[in-house]
Amino acid sequence: MKNTVAFVTGLIFAIGLGLSGMTRPQVVKGFLDLGPDWNWSLLGVMAGAIAVHGIAFQLIRRAPSPLLALGFDLPMKTKIDFRLISGAVIFGIGWGWAGICPGPGLVGVASGQQEFLLFVGAMVVGMKIFQMASRRFI
Amino acid sequence: MNAVFGGALIGLAASLLLLANGKISGISGIVAGAISAQRGEFWWRIFFLGGLISGGLILQIFEPEVFKVTTRALPWDYIIAGLLVGFGTLMGNGCTSGHGVCGISRLSPRSLMATFTFIVFGVISAKLFDWLREVP
Repeated sequence: MKNTVAFVTGLIFAIGLGLSGMTRPQVVKGFLDLGPDWNWSLLGVMAGAIAVHGIAFQLIRRAPSPLLALGFDLPMKTKIDFRLISGAVIFGIGWGWAGICPGPGLVGVASGQQEFLLFVGAMVVGMKIFQMASRRFI
Repeated sequence: MNAVFGGALIGLAASLLLLANGKISGISGIVAGAISAQRGEFWWRIFFLGGLISGGLILQIFEPEVFKVTTRALPWDYIIAGLLVGFGTLMGNGCTSGHGVCGISRLSPRSLMATFTFIVFGVISAKLFDWLREVP
């Protein structure tokens, strides 16, 4: 049942990303490059998502537990540290360069287009590199 | 308004996963958990990613123009960007979904800071790209 929910969630997530224009790199770059024909879509997507999830979160947090699990698995870290900021800087540079972030990249794999396949393949490699590096150094 | 509507669907999906399974819809974290064998809770991540790609297939069938790419990026650009995105999202514990949507919805100071940072550096990077590729 949990897996079914996860599948349906992923599906709705993908449709949301596609309909909102986030699977088109030029829409994301059109927001980030602050050009003369600025594309506000990314801001609209975040506003729509945060409005719905922000309210839902306030309601869901009052429940003693999730419907299908024993407890909520929420991030425990609270410190703003060097690792968080450096990671966000590196992610931001990659995101602005191609106009793709992990969600739209994965949804785009279904199109079979080279852009998305290369991006997702490299993203998985980048994650593996971080996992190996952090095991050794952190 | 498609942007706001699509965003609301994303918010709905994130809420469903939290309400039913108690999980955060952070896509980079879900991928990372699915590719590293050490961690438990493998299968729900695979199903979530299967849902994402199935949603992509539905879009590809009914609305293929959502995947139209008109930027000047070359194959190498996607490889470099993908490496940075994979490395950076694991280092910073999240991407646009985990920090930008879920974290900000929880009013997490870490996520607000991460989102501010990756948008600022996203702007710098997109500007640099345009400048180097001489987009008028």
